[in-house]
Amino acid sequence: MVDPRQAAAPTRALDPSSLLALVPQSSPFRFVDEILDVDENHIVGRYTFRDDEFFYAGHFPAKPITPGVILVETMAQIGLVALGLYLAAESPDIDEQNLLVWFTEADVEFTGIVGPGDQVTVRAEKIYFRKLKLKVSAEMTLADGTVVCAGELAGVGSKP
Amino acid sequence: MDRDKIYERVVELVRPLSKNRTAVENISEDTSILEDLQVNSARLVDLILAFEDEFNIEVDDDAADSVKTIGDAVDMLAKQLG
Repeated sequence: MVDPRQAAAPTRALDPSSLLALVPQSSPFRFVDEILDVDENHIVGRYTFRDDEFFYAGHFPAKPITPGVILVETMAQIGLVALGLYLAAESPDIDEQNLLVWFTEADVEFTGIVGPGDQVTVRAEKIYFRKLKLKVSAEMTLADGTVVCAGELAGVGSKP
Repeated sequence: MDRDKIYERVVELVRPLSKNRTAVENISEDTSILEDLQVNSARLVDLILAFEDEFNIEVDDDAADSVKTIGDAVDMLAKQLG
């Protein structure tokens, strides 16, 4: 059976570079360098934490570790903001150029540490996208495949 | 399904989303889901999806937007369930 909510033909699919340009966050609070893959069901993005990120000076002095909230934000910028903008662009009645995605929920477990210079990859799978709310299952891994954190995130889109 | 049964199931589904325990204890059909129960507006979508799973129906966006109170939810579901 075809779900009528998913039966409408997409208006257009954004390519990864166009999608990246739509992500509104900027330095020093932008944690996405590239979108590797995206479709209506998932997204894969990557970010490398610079040695001079603003939070390393205090977290912690002489032992820089990326705060867990920044890891969650990184998953959200890729898994919710970027994927949400992609899905919005596919929807004929949503203007993705005039949309902000608000982070609403997270249930995440941490299993690893990320430090300066580490490159992380975020994979997020859509659980649902309904009435401008996107919920995903997301996982962050280091370059060697080690899982750093994983869980479910949700956000809601609205006009700014 | 009779209206009382629908009401009971709606209350059970909305209960875990409420931040106002007093309002939950005094819940009625007139209780507002957002204002009285203090359900986060972002959770309304989850509530609609819970209705769909619980009652094995599909709720379109217009019907979902009509739900402001517990009674609205019961009315909407009763209509859907015939």
